[in-house]
Amino acid sequence: MAQDWKSFEPLLIPDIPNLERIDVYEENGGYDALKKILKDQDKWSRKSVVEEVKQANIRGRGGAGFNAGLKWSFMPDPDGGPRYLACNGDESEPGTFKDRKIFEFNPHLFIEGALIASYAMTVDTIYVYIRGEYISWVDMFQKAVDDAYEKGYLGENILGTDISIDLEITYGAGAYICGEETAMLESLEGKRGYPRTKPPFPAQNGLWGRPTTINNIETLANVPLVINNGADWYGDIGSEEHPGPVLYGISGHVNKPGVYEYPTGVPVLDLINDVAGGIRGGKDLKAIIPGGSSTPPLRADQLDGVTMNSDSLKDVGSMMGTAGMVVMDEDTDMVDVLWRIAHFYHHESCGQCTPCREGTGWLEKVLKKIKDGEGEMKDLDLLLDVGNQMEGRTICALADAAVWPVRHTINRFRDEFEARCKKSVHAIA
Amino acid sequence: MADLSFTQEELDEIERLKDKFPTAKAATLRVLWLAQNKYGHVKEEIQSLVAEALDVPKSHVHGVARFYTQYYKEEKGKFVLDVCTCLSCQLCGGYDILDHLEEELGIEAGETTEDGMFTIQEVECLGACGYAPMLQVTNGVYVNNLTKEKVDTLLENLKNGNMPEFESMAMPELEKRNQAASK
Repeated sequence: MAQDWKSFEPLLIPDIPNLERIDVYEENGGYDALKKILKDQDKWSRKSVVEEVKQANIRGRGGAGFNAGLKWSFMPDPDGGPRYLACNGDESEPGTFKDRKIFEFNPHLFIEGALIASYAMTVDTIYVYIRGEYISWVDMFQKAVDDAYEKGYLGENILGTDISIDLEITYGAGAYICGEETAMLESLEGKRGYPRTKPPFPAQNGLWGRPTTINNIETLANVPLVINNGADWYGDIGSEEHPGPVLYGISGHVNKPGVYEYPTGVPVLDLINDVAGGIRGGKDLKAIIPGGSSTPPLRADQLDGVTMNSDSLKDVGSMMGTAGMVVMDEDTDMVDVLWRIAHFYHHESCGQCTPCREGTGWLEKVLKKIKDGEGEMKDLDLLLDVGNQMEGRTICALADAAVWPVRHTINRFRDEFEARCKKSVHAIA
Repeated sequence: MADLSFTQEELDEIERLKDKFPTAKAATLRVLWLAQNKYGHVKEEIQSLVAEALDVPKSHVHGVARFYTQYYKEEKGKFVLDVCTCLSCQLCGGYDILDHLEEELGIEAGETTEDGMFTIQEVECLGACGYAPMLQVTNGVYVNNLTKEKVDTLLENLKNGNMPEFESMAMPELEKRNQAASK
């Protein structure tokens, strides 16, 4: 499986200079997928586009890994009122820095994917929500959108058809929670990013109460590949159960950190040693966080034969998440790392649900106590107990995302936490 | 306090922002940005101005301004240095960079220098994990792969009014291949 990753040629961000320019994109087959569909709408009916994408099994690249085509199929039949596609470019999960590459290096692939999605779901307005800190990329992406309007790919009567689709870019102002899909809808409506209870699901009741689908930027960038080459071709890339190209963000203690494009299913150790140049300073690997801060960490001794696909990672007790892998060397202090993750979730809790608002605070506080050498052994059980009382008891998954790293870091590095507690300033021996 | 108001040009821009959405309320975040870019902060009197321009309750604008960290609810220095210390930056020395800045400027994170030039803030993940440690200057440009020397140069440049330029961080493998091709 994906052992041939070394010969893989990038598809999402191929090796073509100035591909962010619309003329270069067009010269290289850009917007062909959209043209193919719009020119032959009998063959490419809206339903058959949904079906093709569903069959390709593009699993959402924002973290949840849900089949994108299946998500599209949840949209109700059109009733003549507005329908929305909300594109999630809020990427804020620590360890994740991939969507900005699409805005910078291949924005039209994403625009084309969003247009095909909008055609398939009879959407008339696309909102692209980008995190406020990414203002440099907002400006770059705006240029691409302006060019697409000018060339007639966006706006009224696209390519001479009776289809009209608008795309509006907007941006946040600093709040991790707005990457949660319903919080993003609230933020798009100009409010605080408070996640909504589900049901009703966004497909029924999304932006301004209208049918809305939310997709990640990278997910949509995969769509033209499927239309151009077919679901079967796509399914043959990478892991069978989680196919396609992926933008792997690799950071932490490696020699060559950065974003790399490879198929799903690359062995974790190959990504670290061959792709990212191994551990800095010739040190040994201690642990990884495979796909953003909420995915449980894995010890080096758990990684033999593990590949970057959701099933393989699930087998060893973690998740694929956003494929933003954080690598830690032998000298890493796991107590410090976990405290910093807990601090992040406490800071980013929106405060709506009590178990999360209070619980994330207690997780941070107790971890700070342990980190400062004032911890006691019973604090470890207290942390696990607080976590158990948070998980599954809140509107959105932020509380769960805060609990998983705490639970699994303590369980997988228990000796380190115990040693720190035993060295407590209160100990006399 | 000087008379607070939007110019006709700004009011036109606000109309344009409102047109992006079905409701005026939806433009709240964007108009707060517009106001902050003009005044350098969105203290309560600015929030009132935004509420008036959008014809939405001031309480709504206040709630939004308070919720999002990039809005300045108080006056800041001319340059705000947002130092990321989250996960990957922590692993790669983000706290060393923060300590160095605090020492160089003689202030703690959250404070502003007496001359009003610099504010230091410790912030959460900015999505530049592969280029850690890093910081962002006043909600604008990212400065990547920081060392103490790079921080010193940055401070010197900012004191002279020179903003750092946007640094494109290429995909490492494509860069490698392009270099090979150009040889």
